Amino acid sequence: MDRIPILRMGEFLLVTIQVDMHDQLALKLQDDLSNAIQRNASRGVLIDISTLEMVDSFIGRMVADISGMARILGAESVLVGMQPAVAITLVELGLSLPGVSTALDVERGMALLRRKIAGVDSDVATIAG
Amino acid sequence: MAEGIISSLLKKSGKDIQASWTRDLAAALPTGKGRISASELEQQTAEFIKLLTVAAEHSRGADISASDFKALREFLEGVSRSRALQGYTSDETAAFIFSFKKPLFEQLRLAAGKDVETLANETWLATVLLDSLGMHTVKTFQKAREDVINRQQRDMLELSTPVVKLWDGILALPMIGTLDSARTQVVMETLLQRVVETGAQIAILDITGVPTVDTLVAQHLLKTVTALRLMGAEAIISGVRPQIAQTIVHLGVDLQGVTTKANLADALALALKRTGSTLKN
Repeated sequence: MDRIPILRMGEFLLVTIQVDMHDQLALKLQDDLSNAIQRNASRGVLIDISTLEMVDSFIGRMVADISGMARILGAESVLVGMQPAVAITLVELGLSLPGVSTALDVERGMALLRRKIAGVDSDVATIAG
Repeated sequence: MAEGIISSLLKKSGKDIQASWTRDLAAALPTGKGRISASELEQQTAEFIKLLTVAAEHSRGADISASDFKALREFLEGVSRSRALQGYTSDETAAFIFSFKKPLFEQLRLAAGKDVETLANETWLATVLLDSLGMHTVKTFQKAREDVINRQQRDMLELSTPVVKLWDGILALPMIGTLDSARTQVVMETLLQRVVETGAQIAILDITGVPTVDTLVAQHLLKTVTALRLMGAEAIISGVRPQIAQTIVHLGVDLQGVTTKANLADALALALKRTGSTLKN
């Protein structure tokens, strides 16, 4: 069974979805990703969907779920590179993905992720201090 | 042979009919504006009689969808299309055909003499034929007008959605006119596409030119804002007039999470601040 590769870059995980997702693949990714966050003690997850051209409500919810799961496991997540058609479809489906951070491309996504982690760290520092 | 009489009549006294018809037409059509010249009219009537003669000669029925009437149909389509473009009304265009009845019936009466039955029959047949030709003309006229309207609507749709780059990473979309579903769809697609192309972080939706905002328009705006956010860009709505702000609140539309500003200048200032650019005096 094919699966979506999860790349480790230091304390970040990079997921690039380059094929059209089917439900089984999406569930597998959720599973793999949560395990990978746990295993690597990752601080951030970057999901690049710039080549994803089709979504349905299931995939939309899956993306939101991944973000929620990552947060529970102590990692920030950013969704990058959503195509206009995908964005319109999700909006029309009523999935506005509240709580999911987004960025235009991987570079900006990385910057946002770093900022978010720095923000979390400073919060922790305040509590500790 | 029913149609035979009409066609032989047209052959025999076509010139007389045409002369009297053209005279009637010229009197009936508003020529003051110089929209159609006398020679053009004369040429059209001559062409019509010629084609009708040929068609009536071959066809026995009044079914104008028959292939014998093809040339005539096409001619009429051309006439009504040019009338539509010249700005004639539909009744003025239809009068082209219907005014043909009077001279034709006159000639029929002369030809039939005292034979009342033949006269009645022939008149009826001619009426049916000319009526369907007239209807065809009006139908084409309508279609030509609709084509014009559709084209203009399409043009307007394209004209009304310019996406302008205000600054590095800042796009603005000045919206003008009523926002309906079709327009919002185009606006949304154009804007999102431009965001991808330019990599802009902030898009300002300026609604100064939108006359009214109802729940539907607000919903369209919110959809655009959400789509932008999903793509990783940020939206600012500017140009909210006091009345519109009141309407939005009265309608109970939830604009939480959407940045709104009273004018474009404020929105630009905010956008510059967010992108980290500064302006020097």
